Amino acid sequence: MTPLLSARGLTKSYRRQSLLRSHPPRQVLSEINLDIEPGESLAILGRSGSGKSTLIRQLLGLEKPSAGSVHFEGRDLRQLSQAERKEFRRAVQMVFQDSIGAVNPRHKVGRIIAEPLRHLTSLTSEQQKARVAELLSSVGIDPADASKFPGQMSGGQLQRVCIARALATDPRLLVLDEAVSNLDILLQGEIIDLIHTLRQKTGMAVIFITHDLRLVRLLCERVVVLKAGQMVEMSPVDDRLDLTSQEGRALQDAVLPATPR
Amino acid sequence: MTDKTLSSPIRDHGHHGSTWRRLPLVLALTVVVVLLSAALFAPWIAPQDPNLVSLADRLKGPSAAHWLGTDHLGRDILSRLIYGTRMSLGSVILCIALILAIAIPLGGAAGFIGGRLDQGLMRLCDGMMTFPTVVLALFLIGALGTGLVNVIIAIAISHFPFYARMVRSVVMNLRSKDYVLAARVCGAGRTRLFIDHFLPSIAAQMVVLASLDVGHMMLHVSGLSFLGLGVETPTAEWGVMISDARQFVFSQPMLIVLPGLCLLFSVMAANILGDALRDRLDPNNQTGHHH
Amino acid sequence: MLTSDISTPRTLEIRGLSVCATRRGHHIDLVRNLSLTLNTGEILALVGASGSGKSMTCAGAQGVLPPGVISPHGHVLVDGVHLAPRALRGRLVSTVLQNPRSAFNPVRTMFDHACEVRRVAAASPAGDKTAVREAFLEVGLEDADTVMDLYPFEMSGGMLQRVMIALAILSGAPFIFADEPTTDLDLIVQARILDLLSGLVARRGLGMLLVTHDMGVVARLATRVAVMEAGQIVEEAPVADIFHAPRHPATRALVAAHLKLYEGAIA
Repeated sequence: MTPLLSARGLTKSYRRQSLLRSHPPRQVLSEINLDIEPGESLAILGRSGSGKSTLIRQLLGLEKPSAGSVHFEGRDLRQLSQAERKEFRRAVQMVFQDSIGAVNPRHKVGRIIAEPLRHLTSLTSEQQKARVAELLSSVGIDPADASKFPGQMSGGQLQRVCIARALATDPRLLVLDEAVSNLDILLQGEIIDLIHTLRQKTGMAVIFITHDLRLVRLLCERVVVLKAGQMVEMSPVDDRLDLTSQEGRALQDAVLPATPR
Repeated sequence: MTDKTLSSPIRDHGHHGSTWRRLPLVLALTVVVVLLSAALFAPWIAPQDPNLVSLADRLKGPSAAHWLGTDHLGRDILSRLIYGTRMSLGSVILCIALILAIAIPLGGAAGFIGGRLDQGLMRLCDGMMTFPTVVLALFLIGALGTGLVNVIIAIAISHFPFYARMVRSVVMNLRSKDYVLAARVCGAGRTRLFIDHFLPSIAAQMVVLASLDVGHMMLHVSGLSFLGLGVETPTAEWGVMISDARQFVFSQPMLIVLPGLCLLFSVMAANILGDALRDRLDPNNQTGHHH
Repeated sequence: MLTSDISTPRTLEIRGLSVCATRRGHHIDLVRNLSLTLNTGEILALVGASGSGKSMTCAGAQGVLPPGVISPHGHVLVDGVHLAPRALRGRLVSTVLQNPRSAFNPVRTMFDHACEVRRVAAASPAGDKTAVREAFLEVGLEDADTVMDLYPFEMSGGMLQRVMIALAILSGAPFIFADEPTTDLDLIVQARILDLLSGLVARRGLGMLLVTHDMGVVARLATRVAVMEAGQIVEEAPVADIFHAPRHPATRALVAAHLKLYEGAIA
């Protein structure tokens, strides 16, 4: 089976410029090889600054890698035709960490969710409206809220709006960039349940980016540990998840106790 | 040492305030409406031909025939003020249109494309911004020649760097926003991205900047006309009127005061509106009251 | 270390605190007639869902409410003596905030910030360098002299949070209000900061009010827990009782949501 998305020798470095001298480029990702199979749920685990977000930006084609390549169903992202590119965008969607920053404050909820429909599908505006209503109720928001502005909704509701937007084109892969860990504990539970239900219903693949091992255990089948831009471990996730790399152990030890000692 | 309450001052935003606090805004709006209608309907409103010379009636005080009196050539002041509105407002609107036509593509390209283009354009803007706008405008008029059209071009060129920089900073600021990335994930191309997500923010900033600048540009047009570089003498324009009235400053002070007051009120109205617009168009200020 | 006229305070009491937002004429209650007592040597966790009023309690007691929010009632007593918020801040109560990056002035070095805190605490400038070095070392900033000359943008979130804690030490205040001190940090840094805070409270006998939504942090750190819902404290109990015998529905919901994260795990 061809992997849905794969990275080959993916490397990214950023050039830093200051007024007087040029610094050596800083390498943020080095030689990442990774396959995402259809329907699987993969966690990318790492502390802040480990290159998780950079990796995702490359995988989604939002930045050009310095070396290596990303392939969507075996085709290099750089060589996709216009139509294939649309297909890629329909198939791979993302939910950002900061829901408030991820929606345009000037647009109403309905328009926000319809954005991928406008760009990537040929639905009429009536059909788009119907789809938006359907999506809103599938994430547990009153379809009437489509006429609200983001400023009128809470952070948890907005995160649901972002999930609805990402689901609009029935993606085969959903990337969640720390989309749960910064919510309050009650909302975390709700969003986790929501993602569970959605996966059961649609069978889509999920990439979960997080620093919280508890979420990995709850939601993922496979985990990749990143440290300083390098992949240091890849393990299956089971009940007794035991990470072996030093970084993996450190992240595991940092998990807070469930109950007071 | 004992403090019964822990209070912080209640602050409120302008547009929620009482009628009293809204008074300046209401007055400013009234002034703008009056000016706009004066400009649009001048031929119907003005009681007389603004250029009708009647040497028999020169330097008269207010009367039934001439409500605000006449000038040194016996022309009706009220009519000249009304026609002057056309000149002032018209030239300022042209100025702003020209500025936006230059600044949005330049600033947008600098912010979007970045790199050398950005560096080059911004150094050019910085260079131009080091000159006071009047000095730069005078220099350009020296090069282009006098006349209202050249004055408008000169003012536009001396002001556009401020706008271009603003456009660029809005674009740079938005470019790294998650919602712009999200729009790209949603398949928005560059043009759609610009129209859907950048232009509204740019427009909001431009409207505010422009409304704060309207008064200042009016002063420029009038000032340059006063110096004899813009509108030519017989045409009714506030700056020209003030210039013409200089010789009669002691005998007929109203000749200077009236166009001066027109300038003052329009500049103030423009600034008050600009402030109000800035508060209004900031999306962070609008929570929970939309229609 | 203490420079205030009260020698070593034992308790800080918030009494009858109300906080409300005024929006277009009508009031919205954020905190309603709340009272709580914080003793030195303990960590009192103030927990609740977002919007339950935990942060507003913290800000209200210190008189640092955001614009449009007022506190019509309430006072703070230290060892039974009424104190104005101004007399509390930086002298008797120091704060550790959620977002360390926005809490520092971007154009001033860490040393400048430390000196500012020492001026409020009325310490003499002569001892600045030594005292700051000591405090930085205490919070685990091993290269203290280098850190002193750094600007906020040159530091990571974890380092900034350590400096903020060092500033709390430097103020000499016996009470710390920590508002979501580790929410923006990754788990490894979070674990270290929590260790640091608990060590500090134990060593220096401080009293800490810990505002958080993360029951894991509560389990790790707190001695006593107050649960808030809709601006009121609905349950207050020792930490073990909160986890093992929660009484109020709000507490139960929080604990259940928290334990769900550990389902199937050997923690």
